[in-house]
Formats: sequence, structure tokens, C-alpha cells
Amino acid sequence: MMASSYNAKEEDGHVAVPVGGTIKNKKPDNTAFKQQRLPAWQPILTAGTVLPAFFVIGLIFIPIGIGLYVTSNNIREFEIDYTGTDIDDPCFNCSQSFSWNNTRPCTCALDFSLDHPFESNVFMYYGLSNFYQNHRRYVKSRDDSQLNGDINSLKNPSKECEPYARNEKAPIAPCGAIANSMFNDTLDLYYVHPNGTRIQIPLSKKDIAWWTDKHVKFRNPGNNPNLTAAFQGTSKPINWRRPVYELDTDEENNGFINEDFIVWMRTAALPTFRKLYRIIQKKNNMTPTLPRGNYTLEVSYNYPVRSFEGRKRVILSTISWMGGKNPFLGIAYITVGSVCFFLGVVLLIIHHKYGSRNNSADIPN
Amino acid sequence: MNWDIGTDTLTNPHKNIRTDRIRFQNRTKQPNRYFPGNAVKTTKYSLWFFIPMNLYEQFHRFANLYFVGLAVLNFVPAVEAFQPEVAIVPICVMLALTALKDGWEDCRRFRSDRRINHTSCRVYSRKVSGFVERHWKDVRVGDLVEVASNEIIPADLLLLHTSDLNGVCHIETASLDGETNLKRRLVVPGLNTQDSSFEPQNFHCTVAVEKPNDNLNQFKGYIETSDMKRLGFGIDSLLPRGCTVRNTDLATGFVVYTGHETKSMMNKNGPQYKRSKLECKMNIDVLFCVILLFSMCLIGALGHYVWLESLPSVPLFLTPGSHGHMDSNPLSGLYMFFTMIILLQIFIPISLYVSIEMVKMGQIFFITNDVDLYEEKTDSRVQCRALNIPEDLGNIHYVFSDKTGTLTENKMVFRRCSVTGTEYSHNENGKSGKCKFPDRKLLQRVLAGGGDWDGCGGIRRCEATDLYLDFFLALTVCNTVVVSTATTARAQRQRVWHQSTSEIDISAQRCYVAESPDEAALVHAAKVYGFMLIARTPNSVKVRLPHGVELNYQVLDTLNFDPHRKRMSVVLRHPISGEIVMYTKGADYTVMELLDFERSTQRHLNWYAKEGLHTLCFAKKVLSESAYKNWSLLRQEALAAIDNREELLMETAVNLEKQLTLLGATGIEDRLQECVPDTVMALREAGVRLWVLTGDKAETAINIAHASRLLDQEDLVIHMNTDDKAVCKSILDRSLEEGRRHTRPGYPGLSIGLVIDGHTLDMALQSDLVDRFLELARLCRSVLCCRVTPLQKSTVVKVVRERLKVMTLAVGDGANDVNMIQAADVGIGISGQEGMQAVMASDFSISCFKHMKKLLLVHGHWCNSRLSNMAIYFFYKNVTYVNLLFWYQFFCGFSGTSMIDIWLLIFFNLFFTSTPPIMFGVMDRDVSAETLLGLPELYRTGHESEGYSHFTFWIAMLDAFYQSLVCFFIPYLTYQGTDIDIYTFGSSMNTVSLFNILLHLAIEIKSWTLVHWVTMLGSVALYFTVTLVYSATCISCNPPSDPYWTTQQQMSEPIFYLVCVITTVVALLPRYRYRCYEDQWCVGAQSASLSVYPYISFICTVHDTHTHTHLSEANSE
Repeated sequence: MMASSYNAKEEDGHVAVPVGGTIKNKKPDNTAFKQQRLPAWQPILTAGTVLPAFFVIGLIFIPIGIGLYVTSNNIREFEIDYTGTDIDDPCFNCSQSFSWNNTRPCTCALDFSLDHPFESNVFMYYGLSNFYQNHRRYVKSRDDSQLNGDINSLKNPSKECEPYARNEKAPIAPCGAIANSMFNDTLDLYYVHPNGTRIQIPLSKKDIAWWTDKHVKFRNPGNNPNLTAAFQGTSKPINWRRPVYELDTDEENNGFINEDFIVWMRTAALPTFRKLYRIIQKKNNMTPTLPRGNYTLEVSYNYPVRSFEGRKRVILSTISWMGGKNPFLGIAYITVGSVCFFLGVVLLIIHHKYGSRNNSADIPN
Repeated sequence: MNWDIGTDTLTNPHKNIRTDRIRFQNRTKQPNRYFPGNAVKTTKYSLWFFIPMNLYEQFHRFANLYFVGLAVLNFVPAVEAFQPEVAIVPICVMLALTALKDGWEDCRRFRSDRRINHTSCRVYSRKVSGFVERHWKDVRVGDLVEVASNEIIPADLLLLHTSDLNGVCHIETASLDGETNLKRRLVVPGLNTQDSSFEPQNFHCTVAVEKPNDNLNQFKGYIETSDMKRLGFGIDSLLPRGCTVRNTDLATGFVVYTGHETKSMMNKNGPQYKRSKLECKMNIDVLFCVILLFSMCLIGALGHYVWLESLPSVPLFLTPGSHGHMDSNPLSGLYMFFTMIILLQIFIPISLYVSIEMVKMGQIFFITNDVDLYEEKTDSRVQCRALNIPEDLGNIHYVFSDKTGTLTENKMVFRRCSVTGTEYSHNENGKSGKCKFPDRKLLQRVLAGGGDWDGCGGIRRCEATDLYLDFFLALTVCNTVVVSTATTARAQRQRVWHQSTSEIDISAQRCYVAESPDEAALVHAAKVYGFMLIARTPNSVKVRLPHGVELNYQVLDTLNFDPHRKRMSVVLRHPISGEIVMYTKGADYTVMELLDFERSTQRHLNWYAKEGLHTLCFAKKVLSESAYKNWSLLRQEALAAIDNREELLMETAVNLEKQLTLLGATGIEDRLQECVPDTVMALREAGVRLWVLTGDKAETAINIAHASRLLDQEDLVIHMNTDDKAVCKSILDRSLEEGRRHTRPGYPGLSIGLVIDGHTLDMALQSDLVDRFLELARLCRSVLCCRVTPLQKSTVVKVVRERLKVMTLAVGDGANDVNMIQAADVGIGISGQEGMQAVMASDFSISCFKHMKKLLLVHGHWCNSRLSNMAIYFFYKNVTYVNLLFWYQFFCGFSGTSMIDIWLLIFFNLFFTSTPPIMFGVMDRDVSAETLLGLPELYRTGHESEGYSHFTFWIAMLDAFYQSLVCFFIPYLTYQGTDIDIYTFGSSMNTVSLFNILLHLAIEIKSWTLVHWVTMLGSVALYFTVTLVYSATCISCNPPSDPYWTTQQQMSEPIFYLVCVITTVVALLPRYRYRCYEDQWCVGAQSASLSVYPYISFICTVHDTHTHTHLSEANSE
């Protein structure tokens, strides 16, 4: 009886219940989340879990690597440099005398021979070295809405195109440094028949650009089928010989949707790059696309590379599901697979050695 | 309103007196303009200036300034790396997030302000000659305010009138200092004590009070009545704002301070800001990052210059700036330096600070929601008052603890008493923990004496009996216990009804409200012997004696307890004999020295102390009428004094408390809290040194130390108690030698305990001895400091903290621990019996000592390892990612190109990879709670090996460089020489590093819950959704990178997947191998019983228990 009032005081001592307020129970919810007792998977890297992981990686990677390596080796690739830096090179003269506004193209011809026939479709690339298409200012120097056919941008190119936005008041179409420096060598390929006749190999310029680029991203301005009228009032890029609406006679490949142009506008990631130039379609199953024998490459040499010590190449290549020839990935897979396998073996030995001493050590009960 | 208040300046000779006079006159002028209104505003911002003010606040953070600087730099055309508009997105998001958080907090404050300001109260209006309802905000200085029972006081009021005949008003100050006991306030002495109806109409006085200050226990001023009489008053007449009126039907007060000038508002300060150790270390590493960043930028600038120099002439692809010509090569290099800073800016993790704040919020959420840290009895959770140091809990080396109320319950049980030299033990009380049972022998004595008393009508018969009666009378009356009856304690009672109806003493309906638990214990003890306190008013105290006689003593004066005297006295006039008696109660040593003679009681006192009891002595003194009169005059003078009031009052008290007659002594037991020995053991095993700092004497402290297993019986205990410094020095030297002998490695010595008293401690902490003292203290397992003052407590903490460079934690419950709590790195307050001051000053507050175990061992460990892992991971993540850009510079002529689309670059850090680490920081459990509690050693090893250190930082950096090299060069070698375009190339790297960064985290995560899976898989899904949608729709939205169809194109090529797989495997192989190695070696080492590697065996134990708990979980399912 006596202690009760004391107890009452104790009870009251701590909770200052506001007058008339409800009594709140501050007890936290006893839920797994709030008590940090959510069921958890705790991966413990024991021999039992690690060993299989290493072996599995090894066993998967090595076959993939071998497959990649073999595929890469089966790809036929031929590369010829036609820069003409040596005095003996056929294109030496062309490379020395250069002016953007030459009306008469300088041509040179290179002979080469293929030791193996190219069976499937052959992709013909041009390659440039030491050409920094990824330079920060260069990469930015374009106007995508102009290329997408926007009339406003055609007349008023974006300031990113500066200083290649206007040529004496007239807006440049296509504007910017990328377009201005477009690759303009013409390459022709001849097969030299053993009997001495030169047969021109048909080069297809269709489908060398991405389908989405050609049909969505790049568009000619306005709905005017007459490109000359559509580009009325614009100026050609300074380095170009012809205006953009004269890039090709084929209406489907002219103006901004010219596929050579589109390919060039997809700026390369690295200073040494190749770009698809033409495709040599396989004619039939009986004869290879390019039989072994002698060929002549005829170059109309317009593109200067001496200012940056660049190289120009032509690459002929067949392709596979993994793209062009590149043994790196195959080798990498084989190496990593082997390393993992080796590690697995080492681990196994360690585990075996210690595990045999005291097996119960793994999981004490 | 026709109250008039004039403010004029007094030429005041005293320094601290407010020079404001508040007059109460009959003029028509609006008088309130000189004082601030009663409206409070705690919001930081106003609606209109929120944005500029918030930005101004945020820019005080150096990191924010840095990033804004970079964003501005990006607007300079010569150095811009991205489109300037885009580059400000991340910093804007960061600022906006913080602003949103601040705005929300401010909005809550605004709402609470508005609610408070619009609470209504009754203010006197002369127009209607009565009290009218007004909002709090409209209350002005000089108003008369009426407050009813259980109402909250709207402003600081000077109490002028109460409905109580004696002019008493009780208030509860819980909202001010957290103390729930009732405090008594008195009408200004000398003011209309006689007339029961107070007429505001006739109140014509000037009130002078001191300037507003934040001292809750100090207030002085005077009222100048119309007849120029000055009536002084003190804190006893102040009703502070925010307190609740109790037990009093009506009180009328004169508003002296309003709004922000009130005591409660001046005492309000925001949450404390402490910087955690981890953040300090982290800031150093941020500096390292800055240095690294600058050197990388320097490489970029030099590289660009060299590249430009190597070009034979101006090539086709070199585009002049928009001004139309090329800059010279050195200038380009210089510009490139700044471009590089912009490009690589996220090398310094912009989101780290925001993320850490969020993680800490999450961690605190989990701490406060821990049901194990919830105390059923008091319905209180653990509270985190400092929001930014939860990880410091995992790093504590030294714990400084108070004794009373921290280790012990501070619920006093009357255990023993000694009256006139005879000892009476109350064994039953000790067993039950409540003072329910009288000691039979003593009861007989008392009843016998009481019978005699009854028979002789109040005249003393024999001295012995008289002393027994006096002893119990002293127990009953010599205190400040307030009797709270049923009606007044209505609100409280209602609650109790709910909980335990049976326990209520309905017939008595009497609660004792005491300021300290030992007073209550004494009153209850006396009650058991029939001496019952029935009522107390300021001027009288009514007591029922054992045989039912009720006596109403007149209280002539009360000399309150103060920490200097350490005793209190009441002066009473006996209702029948008219004799003036003074009863004094106090700590034994302060009373013993005042006695005119002494009995064998001292022996008992020493014995009580040895048993760990809290001792008090009771004494009495009979005063002659004339002696009292003389003293009383002095007392009145002292009371009216404005200057030196406290000193004068104390002087008068000391004057009276002389030549006392000892009545007896009591021993009150303060029992140990639940699980204290267990907690102490766990902390000791965890490598935490425990110091106990107490105001009690050594014997009591040692006793408690043994009981709580702070000291073991076989421990070597060094006592230091001396007045001489030379002796102190020699003790230190000797003890040091002995200590070293016992703690030699490999020698199974005794563990050492040190007991030092306050006086000796002072000497030991002097500059020439402090090193020796600390050296000795380091050898000791536990240290007890007895008889220390609050100031010494904080000095000890400071010395240990600064000299030994360790993390300290102070835990206490009383006002005397506040200094110590504030001095320590982490302060923990225990919300116990002694009010809330300690809690208010603390960083964390818990309700009992045993919670320390889980708070430190589990939450401390978790918070520490989580946060350090997360911080390290953040550094790693940003470096890995941003280095991709750096490596690319070697292939683009150091021109500052980013091969990754700017939006993806920003989103990568902001969205795709931000949630998993935050979740990791909030939720990861490296070791389960059961294991941490079961193996306290993990705490020690934990903060050595798992915490944040510069070593782990550099390891993470190395790993980050390696991984970024892999992530760059494997795609590079694969795509080298092909017709890949720049943004496809970048997007493949982006994807590769996403996998790499997330899987790295996956290796680090120790336990996977559903939340982990959801956030991890969600991040990957979000990444692919965003990139796919982005590249399906952006035809010309974001020149120049317009990623139209690049991702789709890329994902249609098998080689992309092959690159992703091999890059991730190669990048993570070392880390995975390292983790395996650790675990593998551990298993091997354990089976080979190699105990020489403590670290390894530590991991083993952890993993064993892991498996163990894992298995047992599986079994239970």
C-alpha cells in the first residue's frame, strides 16, 4: 500500500504525456526489416564454392576462345597502303602535289596479287592512320539537325560548326569540320586476268551505312525532290569540289543521304580506323568473289594526309559473325580460361592438402 | 489595450541587472513596442528568400563551391569540355536535393511555430475588465496572463497571484529540462499576500528584471510598488514559458520576457554538429584525390602540348576555335589543363557527401528502431541526437562512466539506519528492492517511544526516545517532497489506471513527488514506521505520528541543498511546545564536521560505505527564540539583496548550521542495473577500457566496481589517496613499475585496477605528472575516480582524449555528467531518475546501461564497417569510371574528348550506380548480431582491421586503376582498327564498367537480402532501359553525340557480350581471388591450428560462426 504511490511516481516520471493526449507506445515494430533480420544469403568463399567457379570459368572460356581464334583465322583480309611516301611508290607524285581545288584528279594505280581466293562477300574499306577524328573540337563540329533535314538549321547552322558554318554569309551545307574534311579519294578495283585483260570488279555502294542513319537520322531538307532547289542559297563546304547535291547521280544516294557521306560522318573512335567503302557482292556459289590472282587498284588521289603524317590504306576483308579479323579476343579468352583453370588446380591442391588433415574444419558443427 | 509599459534606463550600479523597467500605468499610448512580441520563429528561411539563403548556406561547404567553380569554368569557351548547360546538371541535382531536404525540415519547423503561436491563452484586458482569449503571439511584455491547471505557460511570467491561499503554484518543467517532478513557485514575497482576490485594476507597479539570459536557475529583479517600496524576487517567482501548471487551479502572472527572450527559447540550440573520425580521415583522402586529379590534368596538358608540337603542320582535323584561328601550342596546353579538370571532375566524388548523409540517416533509422534497445518500463527508445557520428560508436577505446544512475538504478532502497549509535538492518528491503518492511526491533523502539509521547502530551520524557522521534521526524520533514493529491495529479493518475489499477492506493490517494529518489526513499521509510507526511505548504508541514496524532509544524525557513554545502536544513516551530528546531540532512562528512560531539555512528557510516550504500546523516539543533530572531533578520536582508544574493544566502545558512546534535545516519542502497556485470565484461573483452568517475567516496565506488565485475577479487588494486604531491609522484612511479611487471608480454600477470580520489587526481593531472599517470592508466584494466567534481570529470576525459589520441565515450545520467558528455567524442545520456540534462547534452540517449552492449558491439561495429566500406567503395567507383576517360585521352591527342555520351556519363554516377552502395552502407551485415554479441573481441579486431584507413584507401585506388585499365584496354584491343565509331566505343565501355562496378560491390557485400537483389538488378535494368530508350529516341536531341540506335546496333552484335564477359572477369579476378585467398587461407590455417596469425584466426572465427548461425537458421526453418 505504501509503495504504490511511489510506484505511481516512477511510472509517471518518464513519459510526459500531454494533457488529453493519447498514450503512444513507442515500441519499435518487431519486423524482420526494421530489426535487420531479413533472411540473407551469405556467400562464403570456401573451397566448395570457389573451386567449381574457377573450373567452370576455365571450361567455358577456353572453348569460346578457341572458337573465336579459329573464326578470326578463317577470315581473309588483305591490306594495301597507297599513301605514297616513298619515291618508288606509284602514288608518290600524287601525294606531293596537292591542292584541294585541283580540277584534274591525280590518279595512280597499284598492282597487287591475292594468294588465296576470297569466297564470300568482300568488304572494301579505306583506312586512315593518325587521323584524329576523335579530337574534341572536331567531334563537335557538326549540326545533326541540319543533317536531319531541318530547314532552319540549313539556313542557320549551329554555332558548333564554327568556323565552318558560313562561307561569306552563305550557310554551309553540310556545315562543320567533319563534313569539310570528308574523304574524297575514288578507288576502283580491277582483276587482271591471266590473259592480260583488266576486268573492273563491280563495287556496290548500297548498304554501306547503317540503315537507321540512312533512313532516319540523315534526311535531305524539305520534301523537294529537286535537291538543287532544296539546297538553294547554301554554300558547299570549303574543301569540297562539288556541292552536296551533286555527290551522286542516284537520287536515293544524293545530298545528305549519300552513304559515303553518312559513313564519314560517323566519327571514328580511334586515330587509326577504317571505314566501309564498297561491298563486292558474291555473284554465285561456283566462283569465289575474288579469285586468287593479280589485281590493280586505281586511285584518284585527292585526299591529303601529309600534314599529319597519315597513311592511307585499302582493306579487302571477308567478315564473320564476330566482325573482321581480330585474333585478340580469342587469345584473351584462351588465356583467361587457362589462368582460371590453373588457379582452380592450385586451390584444389591446397584444399586437398589441408582438407585431408582435418575435414571437419570446413564446417564446424 | 491600455496596459502601459514604459522602458527607461536605470542608472544601474550592478552589472548584470537588466536595465529594463516595465511599468504598469494608465496611459493610452500603445506601450508594447519596445519589446519583441511573443511570437517565435525557429525557421531558418523565409518563403521569398529560401533559394538565395539556402544556396548561401550550401556554398559554405567547400565541396559544393568546388563543383560550382568547375561548372562555371565550363562556360569559358576556350576550356569547355561538355556543353556548359549539361555540365551544371549534377551540381544542380545535388544542390536541389539538399535544398529539398532543408526546405522540408524548415517547413516542419514553420508548422510547429504556427501551431504554437496560435495557441490561445487568457490575457487581461482593461476594456472588458477581465481576461480575454488571445493567441500566444499577441502576448506582450507587461500583460497580465492567467493560467489554469494543466495549461502551458505562454511566456515567462512573474507570479503575482495564485488561487492557492499560500501563494504557491506548482509547475512541471519537463519541456524545459526534462525533469518531471513538480517545482514550487511562490508569489512575489510581500505582494498582496493577504487579499485573496487579486485585482489587476489596482496593480500599479514597476517591474525591473535582469536582462534576458539562458540561465534556467537564475532570475532576479524587484517590483517597485506605488508607494516606492521595493520587493525583490528570484527564480522562485518565475513561471517559465513552456512549463505546465500543476496542482494549482489558477495563477496570474506578469509577462516579463516574451518570445525569443524567454528562458526556454534562449536555451534552445539546434542539434550538435560533431565531425566523426572517419570523415576527418576521409577528407584527407579527398585531398589525395585532388592531388591525383591535378597530376592527371597536368599529364593531359603536357600531353596535348607535346602532341601539338609533334604535328608537322596544321592537319585537317584540327579545328580552330570559334574565333577562327588556332591558339599557340603552349596556350592550348594551358587551356587543356582546365578542360581536363572539368572532364575528370568526378574523380572527386561529388555524391559522396550527400550519400554519406543519407547512409547515416538510414543507419540511425535502424538504431532507433532496434527493439532490443527499447525499454518497456519507460516506453523509450534509443535516441540519436547527433546525426552524424553513428560510426564513431564502433571505434571506442575508452568509456567513461558515471556511477549513480548509470551503473546503478538510482532507485533508492532504505537499507540500514543507525540511530543513537545502534544499527538496524532492514534485510527484507534489501531482498525485495522496495521499502515495505520495517525492522522489527526498531519498530518496537519507536512504538514504545511514541506511546510515551502520547501519554505525556508532547513533553519530552527521556532523551533516547526523543532522539528516535526526532530522527524519523527529520526523515519526514527535512526534504522538499511535495504531496500530490488525487485531484491534482489527475492527468498522471489516469495513465496509471490503465496500467496497474491494483497498485493504486485509493484510500490515501497521495503521491510523493520528490526532486531526488533518495528523498522519496527516506519519506517512504519513515512512513513505514508510522511517520507520514500529509501535506506541505511553504509555511507549514503536516505530519501524522505513529499513533494517529497529526501535528502541523510551522516552517520558519528552508535552507535548500546546494552543491557546496551538500546538506539542507529546515527550521520548524513545534505546534505544541512552540520550540524552534532545525533539522539538517546531508552527506556524512559535511554533517560530521558540524557536530558538537560524536557517537559511534562514524563506524557504521564507514561500514555502510563499504557495503556500497549511499549514506546520509541527520542532525538537529534547538534554537532559542532570540537567536532565531537575530538570524532571521540577516536572512531577510540576504533574501532582498540583488547583488551577491546567492553568496549571502549561503553565508546565512552556514551561520546557522553549527553545533548540531547527531540524530542518526541512514544507508540507502542503490542497486546495480540489470545486466551491468555482463555489459561490463563484454566491453572489457571488446578491448574497451572502462573508467568510472563518481562523486561518491572510494569505498562505495570500489564496492560497486566489484559488484559490476569492473574489478575482480584477485585483481591488483592500486589506491591513490594523498594530499602531498611528492607522495603522489612516488606512488605513481612505484605503481608504474609494478604495473609494467604485471603486464609484461607472455607473463600471466594480474590485471590492475586503479582507484584515485579527486584530490589526488588533481595533482596527477598536473603537467609534470600527467604523462606518468596516463602511462599507468593505460596499464590498468579499469580506473575508478572517486569524489570528483563535474569539472574534473570533463578534464579527465579531455586529457585522455587528447594525450592518448583515442576515441572516448562518456556515459552519464545527471547534470553533473554534462561536462563530461560534451567533452568526449561520443556522449551518451541515460534517461534515468535525475532529469534530462545529460540526455539533452548527449549524442545518443539510452534508457539503461545494458543497452551500451548492443549499441557499441553491434550497431557501432556495423555502422563503422558499413560506412567505411561504402566510402572506400565510392572512391573506388569514381576513380574506376573516370579513369576510362583519362586513358582515352592517350588516343585522342589529349584533346579532352569524352567518348561517353554526356548524359549517360552524368546518369551513371547519379542514378545507375548510386543506390546499391547506399543500400550497402545502410544494410550490409558483415557479421551477424548474435556473433558480435557472442564474441566481443570482434569489436576490437573489427576497428583495427575493418575500419577506414589510408591503407585500405590506397588498396582501393590501386584496384581502381587496375580495373579501369582492364575496362579500357580490353574493349580497345578488341575494337582497334575496326570501323567502330566513338560513341559506340564509349557505350561499350560504359556497359562494361557498369557490370564491373556492380559486381565489385557484389563481391564486397557480405549478406544478400531481398533488398540487395532488388537494388542490384534494378540498377542494371534501369541502365539498360534508359540507354535503350535514349538511343531509340535521340535523333538530334543531344548533339554531337546523338546516340541514335547505337545501343541497339551494338547489342545485336555477339562480340559486345563477349567483351562484357571477359572484361568483367579479368577486372574482378584479383579482388575475387584475394577474397578467396583470405577465406581459403583461413580454413587452412584453422585446420593446421596456426594460432600465430591472430588476424586470420579472427576471420576464421567470424566465418565459423557465420556458418554456424547459417546452419542453425536452416535447422530452425
